[in-house]
Parts: sequence; structure tokens; C-alpha cells
Amino acid sequence: MSDLVKLTISEARKALKNKEISAVELTEAFLKQMESKRKLNAFVLETPEIALEQAKTSDKKYQNGTDGALEGIPLGIKDLFCTKGIRTTACSHILDGFVPPYESTVTQKLLDAGITVLGKLNMDEFAMGGSNETSYYGPVINPWKANNSDADFVAGGSSGGSAAAVAAHMCMAATGTDTGGSIRQPSAFCGVTGIKPTYGRCSRYGIIAFASSLDQAGPIAQNVEDCARLLTVMSGYDAKDSTSSQKDVPDFTQFLNQDIRGLKVGIPAEYRPDGLNAEIAACWDKGIEILKARGAEIIDISLPHTKYALAVYYILAPAEASSNLARYDGLRFGLRVPGEHLDNMYINTRSEGFGKEVKRRVMIGTYVLSAGYYDAYYLKAQKVRRLIRNDFLEAFKKCDVILTPTAPTDAFAIGDKSMAENPINMWLNDVFTVSVNLAGLPGMNIPAALSARGLPLGLQLIGRSFDEATIFKAASALEKDICFVRK
Amino acid sequence: MAEFIIETPKGKWEIICGLEIHCQIISKSKIYSGASTEFGADANEHVSFVDAGMPGMLPTLNKYCVHQAVKTGIGLKAKINKYSNFARKNYFYADLPQGYQITQYKYPIVGEGKVIIDLPDGSAREIGIERMHIEQDAGKSIHDIDPKKSFIDLNRAGVGLMEIVTKPDFRAPEEAGAFLKKLRSILRYLGTCDGNMDEGSMRCDVNVSVRPLGSNELRTRCEMKNVNSIKFVMQAIENEARRHVEVYESGGEIVQETRQFNPATGQTKAMRKKEFAHDYRYFPEPDLAPLVLTDEYINQVKSEIPELPDEKKERFVTKLGLTPYDAIVICENKENADFFEKAAAGHDAKKVANWFMGDFFAMLNEKKIELKDSPVSPENLGALVELVTQNVINGKTAKDVFEIMAETGDAPEKIVEEKGLRQVTDTGAIEAVIDQVLEANADNVAAYRGGKQTLFGWFVGQVMKASKGKANPAMVNELLKKKLG
Repeated sequence: MSDLVKLTISEARKALKNKEISAVELTEAFLKQMESKRKLNAFVLETPEIALEQAKTSDKKYQNGTDGALEGIPLGIKDLFCTKGIRTTACSHILDGFVPPYESTVTQKLLDAGITVLGKLNMDEFAMGGSNETSYYGPVINPWKANNSDADFVAGGSSGGSAAAVAAHMCMAATGTDTGGSIRQPSAFCGVTGIKPTYGRCSRYGIIAFASSLDQAGPIAQNVEDCARLLTVMSGYDAKDSTSSQKDVPDFTQFLNQDIRGLKVGIPAEYRPDGLNAEIAACWDKGIEILKARGAEIIDISLPHTKYALAVYYILAPAEASSNLARYDGLRFGLRVPGEHLDNMYINTRSEGFGKEVKRRVMIGTYVLSAGYYDAYYLKAQKVRRLIRNDFLEAFKKCDVILTPTAPTDAFAIGDKSMAENPINMWLNDVFTVSVNLAGLPGMNIPAALSARGLPLGLQLIGRSFDEATIFKAASALEKDICFVRK
Repeated sequence: MAEFIIETPKGKWEIICGLEIHCQIISKSKIYSGASTEFGADANEHVSFVDAGMPGMLPTLNKYCVHQAVKTGIGLKAKINKYSNFARKNYFYADLPQGYQITQYKYPIVGEGKVIIDLPDGSAREIGIERMHIEQDAGKSIHDIDPKKSFIDLNRAGVGLMEIVTKPDFRAPEEAGAFLKKLRSILRYLGTCDGNMDEGSMRCDVNVSVRPLGSNELRTRCEMKNVNSIKFVMQAIENEARRHVEVYESGGEIVQETRQFNPATGQTKAMRKKEFAHDYRYFPEPDLAPLVLTDEYINQVKSEIPELPDEKKERFVTKLGLTPYDAIVICENKENADFFEKAAAGHDAKKVANWFMGDFFAMLNEKKIELKDSPVSPENLGALVELVTQNVINGKTAKDVFEIMAETGDAPEKIVEEKGLRQVTDTGAIEAVIDQVLEANADNVAAYRGGKQTLFGWFVGQVMKASKGKANPAMVNELLKKKLG
């Protein structure tokens, strides 16, 4: 095997099973790649010793035929997942040196299936951001470059480290989390495939909370099939998370390579506003044509409350975050900046420990929950959230799956001025993705095209609640004909 | 109704008072985690990652705590809400690891109910329950170990609480006292809270305002938090009410505030505004699903409710013939009531009640032991009363027998037989003793017959003494009268 790091999970499994390669060899190849691509800043912690130890165990399991579904597959783990004995910081200064004494349910399931952990992946601080620039450890550099340019582009966020590492073949796949688009948007920017499943599909136990009613874990991988393999392992009911679903988890790989004739694909009018980037519109049209050519039925649908989604999201997510982040007080773990009295210690610790974007959201969240403002902001937003969900329920009476662009633009430059000066511009990146979280639905990014300047563009498939199956069916078809050439 | 009017030269005032009581739920594990609730462990022994507010940890609702809350709601004759949900109450404090308390806010598990209180004058009153919700307790801050440092013990963090809120129905301090006693009694009957205020498993916040007698207005109230005994609650109400009256009568205004009750002085003092001026930013807890209960579940819990003090008291009065006062006293505590009922089975319940509340409890007090350690079993207490009823022994002998029972734990029948205490009811035998006594005291017989009737009691005493207490006193009376003429 010449280029081990370019193997997909399916290919690697086959090679490992046939003893063409060993898990240790595979892991070593990735460790080497991680080293050579270190300047991308995708990993905030590398765990080579752990990975090699796990790979050795995997090789034994292949020897005695007890290999798990992902035996010896080298993964990167987003730093939002608590990993037992491995530093976990949510890329925040306030969690300096925090080593969890417990494992998140999702990573435990992956470990049980045999993965090797290469390290912890960079992300926006507490998953708040759309460019990975809010990380305490600095931005991730997108492996893609624009034509004839050396400029560094953002990897997107918040799972920027995950998307970039997969794109740069620093890990075979990665875990991500998605609260408003944090799996799908960086996947689009880095030309990889990622799915946020239905809310409740994956346990949130051990994932550092940002906005509890929106957070979901999901995989980022090189293709649809790998995502299906990973999601099958990551999903399932967990008694430790009261919001996790007891619904059965199918083997998602069974929905690949199917005939999609008659599949009803909804195209929401509200996602094509005047002034939609022409490249994005063209990419979307290309996706529509491909599905149509394969026999899908294209249906015009309306999601009338789309225009409120961003506002609702930027009330509800900060509200929950302001409460979820109250526990970072310097008392029991992470950073402590002493103060004369308890209050001063809180103020000193949180002032130094949290970055600008996190502070902004804590302030917004505290404000919208305050006495006298609750009804006007939080309560109103909850009601509109219901209307947004109802829009989707209505639409899904007419169609089986919805196709939209994933992000309104391709990746932007690191340090982009308009984003830095006005956070609203940054938040607009989430315009196509947040509704899906608000409605609790599954959504997937499929790399679809390159922009004129040579950066990846993605398409999003949105499914019914707990119907990831149809997304995989459509995604598999789309992926075949879209012929996206990976990095 | 307990009359309590504050009268001054300027006018008459009435108290308006409501209580909020935090009751620790009896359960093996905490309300949102699996950690133990055991009392008395070393600091921070019983702390799970959830209780410590570790990153990524999630609460899960303890079903047993829900069961206990529903049981309590039924015991409070309250509406059980089939839909309730959880909310976060946000505030920063060192012993609140998550930075919020998971409680219930808009939709509590229990709605309106009522508790009947029994007042010392024999009257009864109904006190309304506004609501009851379940929530988690905070940990403990310890400030007196080190002059510069505070220490935190999280053993209590996450222990389940039921917060019972009454309507502002109290018009007198002793009504609040009677309510707390009754509430404690109900909770103990149900086994949902041990009600020990001195250990903090029942804690009381007191809300007080006053108004001119006869008016219907509701004036500004003040709250006193964590008053930790029934006596202090009553003191706090009275003293706070008197303070309000003084302020109003000197032309001042009461400001709504939280005050601290000082048990040493009995007075209340305003807390610094900073200590209570929180904006709790309540919002629905996204980590827990709403709590939905079915009729089937509620009925199941209903079927597990034991007979409660009011019903038991009623039965003791109507079926066993006790006076309401005796019944109330005996029923306040379930162990007492159970013991009594066992003792009274098949015997004269009223007499058993007298023995139980009299000599029996005097014996326990003297020995400083608890009911469960009593050397006298309920069966033996009943048997003793039966021996008196059946005229086998007389009342005085019974007291002697009881003393031996308290020492040896023996059955009264055995003691009576072994010591030959069976009372003499044979007319001939008693007459013989009387003759002996009269013969030996000819001078007193003459004095009696000469008109000194008060000597009759002395003769009775002499006869009883001569019979070693075994003669039936009624027969002695009757035969003596005959013989003395």
C-alpha cells in the first residue's frame, strides 16, 4: 500500500482484515502525516503512545478474529468530547489542564468498536464560532488554497480541526459536534462529508455542553459510506442522557447505493434569496440536476419562518450557554485566577479564562433570560422555534428529503476584516444550517463543487426526524455523480 | 381558631403568615445522580461527577424521588399534576457546582392541597397548600475552619428536596407550630421525609405581614429564611409581626426584604441586599424531559398510602372510643399509634390509652429509652389492663406489677402468679380480715361510730394493708360499711 493515509474506512477495514496492512502500520502512517501537516493546527493534542498501544491491541484482535466494526481505524476526536485520561479543554483557556476521569458515551462506543485515538482536534472555544478562530489554541488552517494564492483560509467551525484533519488525511475520520452547523459548515469549507444526526440520536453524556437543546455529535469523514459506518456505531440510547432516543439504530450502510427513483426532493424557496452567491446557486442547481437525472422528483417547498431562524438561534443558544458555562468558576477544575473574595475569584477567573466570543454569548444569554426580558426574547424565540419546526413538518408531507446549500459562501480568509469587525457577518454563515438544529432534524454536508477560486462548496441534505436513512440514500446517489475530487 | 391579636394603645393588628418548607426526600440516592444520600459521611464522600458539576455531565431523574413526591402530594390531599417540568434557577455560589439549581418553576409536580391542624384548645383548622415541587439541595460552605479560606462539602449537593409552599393562612404563631408538627407527622407516616429540623432535613422559610384587624388588605411581607425549629418559627412570626406593627404605628413603611432570624435574641435583622438580590433567570431545564405521570401510576401510588394521622385519629375516636385529645396525642407519631393499637387489641382501649400515656410513657422517660426499646411489650401492656378489667388484680397492684414488668419484661400473668398477687374476691376471706382489723382497733371503731366518719378511709387502708393489697377495694368498701354500721 503506497498511501495508507488516503484509505477510506471501508478500504482500510478490508486491508486490515486481509492482513495486507497492520493497524500499527496504519497508525504510524497517520502519525507521520500529522507531523508533516502540523502547521495546519488541526490537532491541539497528539496522543501517539495511546494510538500505538490501541493499534497493537487491534492487531491482536485481527489475529484472533475478534475485531470490532472500526477495529484499528485511526480517528481524531474533537476537543469537546471528554476522553478519560486525555486532556480535554473545549479549546478554552478556562479548562487548562483538565483531564476528565470519565469517557463520553460516543467516544466510548467508538473505542468499544476498536478505534485508535490519534489526538484531540482543534475547535472554536466551547464550539462557539464559525471559523475556528475563537480557539484558545489559534485558528485551524484550511488545507485548501485558492488558485494561485498562498493565503490561509479558515477551516470553518466550530469543528474546524475535525474537517481540516480529515481533508488533510491527518486522521481517517473524526468526531464533530453540531449546535448550529458546526459539523456541516466546516465540512463544506474543507470538502469533506459530515452528518449531524437527529437530536437525541447520539448521547450527549460527556460532551461539554454548549446549548443542550441543540447540541448533537456526528462524524466527519471522507465519504458518505464512512459516515454511515461511523454513525451506526456512535448512535443509540444512553440512560445517562435523558434526551437520548430509545429508537432503534439501523445499520446505515444498508441505505447506500440504492435506486432513488421516485424519491421526492424538496427545494425550499426561502433558501434562494435575491443576492444568493451565484456560485452557490450554480452548485445547488447541479445537485438538483443530478438527483433529477437519477429519477428523483424535485418538489418546490416553502419554509416560511426561515428568516427568523438566525435570530431565534442567537437567543436560545446563548441563553442555554450562559447557564451551561456557569460551572466554569475556578473552584473545582481548570483555570483559577485568585481573588480577594469569592466574587473576585469568579470575575478574575472568567475574565481571563473565557475568550471574546464566549463572553459575548454569555452576556447575550444572561440578558435574554433576565427578569423583564425573558418573555420578549427567550419565550418568544421558543415559540418561533416551534413554528420553524412546524414548517419542516409541513414540508415533509410533500417531500422525503430537502436539498439546500450548506453555507452561503466558500471559505474566507483567516482574520477576515468584515467578520472580525461585525460578529453578525460571522453568524450569517449559519443561515442555512441553524434551522435544522432548531427543528432537531438530521442534516448532512456533501462536498459538491469548487468555487471559481478553487475552494470547496457543499450541499446539505435535510431529513425527517430519525430518518437519516433517506439522507444516506440521497447522499450516496449525489456523491456518485457529483464527482468531487478530494484533496 | 387560635386568637392572636397584637393590641397596642393605637389599635389592633392581625398576623398574615405563610410558610415554605424544604423537606429532604428519603431516598438512597440523590435526585439527579446515583450518589448516596447517607448522612454523616466524611466531607465529599458522596459526590458523583454530576453533583460536582463536571464538564459534560448530565442529570438523570431519580424515579424513586418522584414516587416519594407523589406520595407526599397525596398525603397533603393535593392535586397531582400529570404534567410537570424542570427549570434551572441560576446563581453563582461556591456550594452550587453547576451554577444553577435544577428545580421546578412554572409547572410543579403537586398543586393545591390542605392540611388539618389540631390546636391546643381542641379546635381544628384547615391550612391551604399552594404547591409542592421537587428540586436538588446545594452543598455546604464551611467558613469556620480557617480564618482565610472557605471549605466546601458537596455530600448534600443534589440530595432531593420537596419544597412545600402554604397559602398565607396562618393567623397566629401557634398555628404555624401546629402545622409544622402535623406536616412532620404526615411525612413520617408516609416515610417520605424524616422531618428532623435540627438535622436540617426539614427547613422552614417564614413570610410575615400584618394588617389592622378587620381589614382585608395584604401588606408588604418579609421573609425569614432557614428558621430551624418549631419554637423559633413561632418566635420569628411573633417578633417580626410586632416589628411591623411598631414600624406602621410610628408612621414608617415596611420594605419587602429577606431577614435573618437570630435564635439567640429572638429578633430578626435585615440581610445585606447583596445577599438576596438575585435575578435567577429561570428557564426550562433542557437536559431533562418534562415529567409526565399516568393515572395508572398515580393510582398505584395512592394504593400504597398508609392510614394517615387524621384518619387514624378518627378511627381511634369512633371505633375505639378514645377522647379526641388522647387520639391526637397517640396518633401524632406512627410508632406510638402502632404500639398502642397492638396493646389495645381485644382490651378496653380507653384504659389502655390511660396506661399508655400515663405510667408507660413515664417509665420510658425515666429510663430515657425509646419506644422501640421498651421492656414492656404492647401485648403485655394490654394483658395488664385486662387483668384489672377482669378483677384479677386491682389498680394499685397493677402499678406494682407494671414496675416489675418494666424491670424484667415478664408477662403480667406470670408476675401475678409467681408473687401471689391475685386479688381476693372471696367475701368470707375479706370479712375475716375486716374482723381482725376492727378487733385490733376497737378505739377507732368507737370513734367512728361516735360520728368521726372521716375514719372510714383509714379503715379501708388498714384492711388493704392487712390483705397485702390483694383485697378487692370495692368489696372492702362495701363490707366495711356493713360491719361498721
